[in-house]
Amino acid sequence: MSEIRLEKVEKRFADFVAVRDSSFVIHDREFFVLLGPSGCGKTTTLRMIAGLEFPSSGTISIDNEDVTSKGADERDIGFVFQLFALYPHMNVRQNIGFPLRCQGVPRADIARRVDEVARLLGIEALLDRRVAGLSGGDSQRVSLGRAIVRDAKAFMMDEPLGALDAEMRERMCGELRRLHDRIGATTVYVTHDQVEAMAMADRIAVMNHGVVDQIGSPMDVYDHPATLHVAGFIGSPAMNLLPVSAALAAGQRELELGGTRLPIPLQTDALSERALVIGVRPEHVELVGEGGLRGQVFGSEYLGTVQIITVNTPHGQVKVRADSALAVTPDAPIGLQFRADRTHLFDATSGATLGAARTGADSSTSSARVASGTRGLHIAPSVAHG
Amino acid sequence: MAEIALSAVSKSFGEVRALADVTLHVANGEFVVLLGPTGAGKTTLLRLIAGLETADAGSLFIGGRDVTQQSPALRDVAFVFQRYSLYPHLSVFDNLAFPLRAPVRRLAPDVVRATVEKTAALVRIAHKLQTPVTKLSGGEMQRVAIGRALVRQPSVYLMDEPLSSLDAKLRAELRLELKHIQRDLGATIVYVTHDQTEAMTMASRIGILDHGRLVQVGTAREIYENPVSAEVAARLGTPRINLIPIEALASDALPAAAATVGARTEHIRLAADPSGPGTVTLVEHLGNESHVHVELGGRELVCLAEPRRELASGSRVAVTLSNFLLFDRAGRNLDLGSARPARSDLVFA
Repeated sequence: MSEIRLEKVEKRFADFVAVRDSSFVIHDREFFVLLGPSGCGKTTTLRMIAGLEFPSSGTISIDNEDVTSKGADERDIGFVFQLFALYPHMNVRQNIGFPLRCQGVPRADIARRVDEVARLLGIEALLDRRVAGLSGGDSQRVSLGRAIVRDAKAFMMDEPLGALDAEMRERMCGELRRLHDRIGATTVYVTHDQVEAMAMADRIAVMNHGVVDQIGSPMDVYDHPATLHVAGFIGSPAMNLLPVSAALAAGQRELELGGTRLPIPLQTDALSERALVIGVRPEHVELVGEGGLRGQVFGSEYLGTVQIITVNTPHGQVKVRADSALAVTPDAPIGLQFRADRTHLFDATSGATLGAARTGADSSTSSARVASGTRGLHIAPSVAHG
Repeated sequence: MAEIALSAVSKSFGEVRALADVTLHVANGEFVVLLGPTGAGKTTLLRLIAGLETADAGSLFIGGRDVTQQSPALRDVAFVFQRYSLYPHLSVFDNLAFPLRAPVRRLAPDVVRATVEKTAALVRIAHKLQTPVTKLSGGEMQRVAIGRALVRQPSVYLMDEPLSSLDAKLRAELRLELKHIQRDLGATIVYVTHDQTEAMTMASRIGILDHGRLVQVGTAREIYENPVSAEVAARLGTPRINLIPIEALASDALPAAAATVGARTEHIRLAADPSGPGTVTLVEHLGNESHVHVELGGRELVCLAEPRRELASGSRVAVTLSNFLLFDRAGRNLDLGSARPARSDLVFA
């Protein structure tokens, strides 16, 4: 059992608030990813869980034990960092066994554990090699080995794949997730790469400016982004976001833009005129010859089974995911139709989602958003009623 | 603008064969991307075209002129490097104007100004002309670097991984812009990268380099759908094509020469089946699609699935392949040059 609980955790560096009023629970055996752009507070959050930083206020508990003021060495946590901090003068076996040697574990036990870990990572053949000549992927496997060789309560990983090339990163994503499943530990993983987060996480906490915007499963944050930031951060290409200024009436399901009516999630409450953003993912836009939101083909990008077609409209650029067999002519006029049940609407100022599009929401999502209330990311009235 | 013709070009560095017998014709206005891993010879090929290296054998024509022995300055090419290499003490305007102010050109100041402004608009940096380049973001700097190459309208543009030092989002943006600029100018570009997405999305044609040899040249679609070899098939497409030895399939419906089945992720169909031969080991939810990893007879297949398919880790599945590729013992595509015959689906026992 290792459940990690953060309650009203805040971290200030002088005047700068790195992490603001964060409350959430990381479940036992969960693969939990802290995701966000640089400077969003994700690494600071990880370091506080690990005991490398102490919160300015709030509490952190692991397995119901308050560890807020305990140092890293008292928390029983394993680490993996981006740069392979391996000891160059030791071979692979010695590097992996090092944490156990420091703990004074008997020699025979160390040998057994190192062999087990090497088998788990598929690096048995490398055990007697020097670390200097290893490839990037193998170096990272060795540092993983060094982290998991101890039976730690939880593993903290800070962009462990950041230094690898794209192909190796993709392979290691799968390996890491399977490793996590095999050892059945709790993993907290920090990254700015949404593809890594989506591929590996049980749940993702999307952070921005020191605040957790949303916590949910990959599909939940993809299908039901709670804020404009989450909508724009998750997905590649990103969700299309079109600014529009309008008032909303209760029961409204469409918005006028550029002479056409675009579907929006059903509005349950009236709102005065304000800056709004309509969001739609590239796979939920269809190209039509006549009607729709009019634009001009800017370019198309062939990706094998699909292509991404970019269309310039007077209201912004819209990307469309289409079958690669579809032929489009550059600069040709074209119409865009949004799938009615798959659009999103956001308040441009607060960033909050508007409307009743959310279904099957994760309960922790709303608690994360309540926790972030200080920054104005309050639950929109329509959501609270719905 | 001009065409480029390389015939039977070879180049060695000491014992190392960097390029072997490369023949490539780049048409006027074409955007050719050379794709290959580190050490494949792509940068050497680019430097040869630029005149920064000299071929040991073969010939090189640019715009119909034999430039094989000509110095770089006489070849009328512009080179964009991986790192921006701008003049740090100059503004955006002065960086862009620099090639135009070369003594040999003697352009009037108002001509320089007009040309710089036009180019700046093209690479969308016109609003920052007076800014010192050190104050720019990475993406802006690289746009200036590309602009500096565009400003003098050479016959040919040569680009060596110009986007690789940028973050993913910016790379995606500039990819599209560069392609658009190229089309607007009708420019001839030879572009080197190890990033298959850049190659697939920008190239008129892709040249696949492998150990100094040009193994296939074609449009992204041609190479993706009809790669010459298993090796090339693995170069395009993410996740990578699944290469399955024929023995794993126990099928008698395949030609005798077939040694390997190449199944792209979209060629594999999974069906929940408690007595199926495959076991789901991992599901990666990417939002618009999912990648399902299946363990089957001791090997792992990566398959594409609809995002909302409920295939949990640990569940058993039946696995069917359709529209797959076949390779012989040497890795060559069995159906190359012919229309791929319709083959019945393969089902794993």
